[in-house]
Amino acid sequence: MEKDKLIIGGRAFTSRFILGSGKYSLNLIEAAVKDAGAEIVTLAVRRANTGEQENILDFIPKGVTLLPNTSGARDAGEAVRIARLARALGCGDFVKIEIMRDSKYLLPDNSETVKATEILAKEGFTVLPYMYPDLNVARDLVNAGAAAVMPLGAPIGSNRGLVTKEFIGILIEEIDLPVIVDAGIGRPSQACEAMEMGAAAVMANTALATAGNLPAMASAFRLAIEAGRKAYLAGVGRELVRGASSSDPLTGFLRD
Amino acid sequence: MENRFFVDSEHLSPEALEKKHRLETDPSFRKNHMEYLPGMERIQSDVCEKVMAHMRAYDSSKYTARDVRMALEHPNCSLEDFKALLSPAAEPFLEQMARRARNETGKHFGNTVYMFTPLYIANYCENYCVYCGFNCYNHIRRMKLTPEQMEREMKVIADSGMEEILILTGESRTQSDLNYIGEACKLARTHFRMVGLEIYPVNTEDYRYLHECGADYVTVFQETYDPDKYETLHLSGHKRVWPYRFDAQERALRGGMRGVAFSALLGLSDFRKDALASALHVYFLQRKYPRAEMSLSCPRLRPIINNDRINPQDVHERQLCQILCAYRIFLPYVGITVSSRESAAFRNGIVKIAATKVSAGVSTGIGDHESKYGGKEPTGEQGDEQFEIADNRSLERMCGDISGEGLQPVLNDYLYV
Repeated sequence: MEKDKLIIGGRAFTSRFILGSGKYSLNLIEAAVKDAGAEIVTLAVRRANTGEQENILDFIPKGVTLLPNTSGARDAGEAVRIARLARALGCGDFVKIEIMRDSKYLLPDNSETVKATEILAKEGFTVLPYMYPDLNVARDLVNAGAAAVMPLGAPIGSNRGLVTKEFIGILIEEIDLPVIVDAGIGRPSQACEAMEMGAAAVMANTALATAGNLPAMASAFRLAIEAGRKAYLAGVGRELVRGASSSDPLTGFLRD
Repeated sequence: MENRFFVDSEHLSPEALEKKHRLETDPSFRKNHMEYLPGMERIQSDVCEKVMAHMRAYDSSKYTARDVRMALEHPNCSLEDFKALLSPAAEPFLEQMARRARNETGKHFGNTVYMFTPLYIANYCENYCVYCGFNCYNHIRRMKLTPEQMEREMKVIADSGMEEILILTGESRTQSDLNYIGEACKLARTHFRMVGLEIYPVNTEDYRYLHECGADYVTVFQETYDPDKYETLHLSGHKRVWPYRFDAQERALRGGMRGVAFSALLGLSDFRKDALASALHVYFLQRKYPRAEMSLSCPRLRPIINNDRINPQDVHERQLCQILCAYRIFLPYVGITVSSRESAAFRNGIVKIAATKVSAGVSTGIGDHESKYGGKEPTGEQGDEQFEIADNRSLERMCGDISGEGLQPVLNDYLYV
């Protein structure tokens, strides 16, 4: 367990909780880092690009890796421009691609995401694309140079959990990169479930941001993610379906 | 009692007065409000037809407490549910609606409240809209800012910390022509991170030009979606053409604008029907242009210079709150703006329930930010206001008050790409 690290773009992380950017506040960042143990914190470039005195960049603790995202981008070209801006702002080389051309459900545009990933990976970015869990697209992203894939569990902010569980399971089985479940995780139990399936990490934001007690919920996520990871590494035992484990074998009548 | 809008100024010539009276009293003297004027672009769109079919068929008195209860129980608010929530039957359920609305707002916007300020750069107007302080027959001090004056006003606003600005003009196509507005946008982009426009409706190519000048968001208020009522309130000028105004947002999106804002001016007509139509205008356009950002406002009629009796009629704060909650439940992902037409107490309350954007440091006059918020004595070189505001908090005070309510003021969430 000691050596169980999450490797993204050649960097090793101990924590498998990533803070999303949807509902940002300074208390949230503090709780995510202190109580949930987050080592990666997402940052919406469109929110960081501000003259506000309380600039988000100033509140990212040392040792935490920034993951700027391209929220607001509606196509690959816009995402590429935002990523370059993030780099120019001093946010480093990690970038999470988010491309949405739907303002209602905020669902990712997979084909534009592949295009942006290819361009940015060539420019030396460590690219983490947010995607709808489609195996063919995930393979395209691998070929385009992604450092991980980030399938959604459910629509952003919905707190509905692993609605796309079957398809995320296929990605975990077939894709060699870390599969990070992003969006839709509303409870620690859902985060645990994702980790138990073999997800490399879980990203959440709304689930924490809207909790009654932020530090307590952050800590609950940490424990849930650790538990799920441990279970995955331990190898989950067989599942018993009720009534299917009769001690009298059905084939007991066979003579030879 | 209905609003009495007609006011005669002693400064009008006998000929002007005669024309004004004839416009007010003789419908045959007025142009056909459904007919486009030369130069107005006509686009192919079925959005208007869809919105109007629902509005015409809507009888808010038909809905019962049972319909409202069912609407509140459904996880997704259907069109019928929304109609029930807007009806008088929903009034006793206001607290439940507010709780549901607050939940939806939290899911989609967290605890953030966006700030902006409007900057009126000119108050010349060629329309006769009977309820508006800028109307061409109202005797007010007219003015338009020179580029130097604009620069000064923008600097005062930007120095207060504001990052989003909404540029407004009266509807004069000669005094504040496209080029004048475009230059204002270019200037604004040097001071602000987000520039919105609230000007007279223009053609697609004009929106494209303004977008290139730096504007990214277009607000057009339909005032009332009832064309017959509209006809009796907008007696002359370009604004009289109802369908051209209706399609403005769609032209703006086709012209490359990122987002559009909508509203009826509540108090002019049947407010429940107008609220329904405003939300459906958003709903149907969103389906057609899913990438566009959309927002709703909910202004109520206010007193104007030379007519302090104008009021929002039967749209009291409870009704306004009901509409805003219904908007939020039906369209959880859209922005909702509450302007300084409403009191500080109402705005402090509604940002906790449904509103996601408020103005601060507001003046609806021309060129008086420096004296109002910059601590300078007025020079007398100001243009009069469009209407009286009810909340004159500065940005600093607004941010303090919003934070005090446990919310997070946000000055910018925007990136030009």
